[in-house]
Amino acid sequence: MFGQWRSVAKEAVDRALIMAEFCCFLHVIPNYLCSSTIVHGPSMLPTLNLTGDVVIAEHVSHRLGKISRGDLVLVCSPQNPRKIVTKRVVGMEGDTVSFFLDPNFGDRYRTAVVPKGHVWIQGDNVYASNDSRYFGPVPYGLIQGKVFFRMFFAIDVQRQKMKLDSQFQFLFPSEGSQTISFGDDFG
Amino acid sequence: MGTKNILWNCSKKAFTFGLIGVTVSDRYGSVAAVRGASMSPTFNPSTSSLMDDYVFVDKYCLRDYRLSHGDVVVFSSLTNYKERHIKRIIGLPGDWIGIRHCSDVLRIPEGHCWVEGDNPASSMDSNTFGPVPLGLVAGRVTHIVWPPQRIGAVERKVPEERISSH
Repeated sequence: MFGQWRSVAKEAVDRALIMAEFCCFLHVIPNYLCSSTIVHGPSMLPTLNLTGDVVIAEHVSHRLGKISRGDLVLVCSPQNPRKIVTKRVVGMEGDTVSFFLDPNFGDRYRTAVVPKGHVWIQGDNVYASNDSRYFGPVPYGLIQGKVFFRMFFAIDVQRQKMKLDSQFQFLFPSEGSQTISFGDDFG
Repeated sequence: MGTKNILWNCSKKAFTFGLIGVTVSDRYGSVAAVRGASMSPTFNPSTSSLMDDYVFVDKYCLRDYRLSHGDVVVFSSLTNYKERHIKRIIGLPGDWIGIRHCSDVLRIPEGHCWVEGDNPASSMDSNTFGPVPLGLVAGRVTHIVWPPQRIGAVERKVPEERISSH
């Protein structure tokens, strides 16, 4: 009788451990190995789409200090800790960075030195990006991951087609105006 | 064959418990040692004793950044991301704060906090490196768990004369 209860309890503990292990994997893999994120917004425009790209980021190299210039990184925004932004690392600690104050008007520029333990991040689209030019260099500790892959989906191809279609239909607006409005929906 | 089996079982158990440990310490809380005298009346009151204080760091509050004035927080250093510091939050975004040893008044920017040690004599804090982004905060210290005679909660203390909210 006692032996039977023991085996039942052992079985229950084993099952519970397997469930706990599964839940822990759900925490550990996106935090320590790699995760996927959807990136919105115009700030990385030539590289990433305005309409939301799925990117895959790995979370190993920032812990080892292997982030270098030119890497695309996920950074916890210094202005809002709940928000994560995707930018490119332009300067590491000790670098001198020159940037235009306002690229839309004039070419006044300013030069800054990145202090110890900080990085200088910028969006690829200098015209519409809220980055180190506004809030200054960010501490390295805010880096959450390094983007290394952008997912391509069939829908991307369809979008390209649709863009072509809408251009085409813009020239001949007699038919298929539905496609145009659907294409506008992404912004 | 028998020893191999035992080794395999042991490593599997160790892996499972390691995984659970990492998850719990990341999401809910962990225990950390306090070194140095920068928080002196609160932690490590006597510099002569060899034992450091051990504290419980609550990380569940980071889910929605429920931090308030007077909380003691752990954050990673601005100059070296591997270092952790323990300080007390004096000001939150929107507060005006007077910098010590200096007559300037500074408005804390959005998403930042102003941290200071309880021991103004030996503390590297926001008076030297400026406001700290809230994203660097790694947890809130709630209890002292070791040594046994000092077990207890860490109370919230706000020095009223330092801040003004407008």
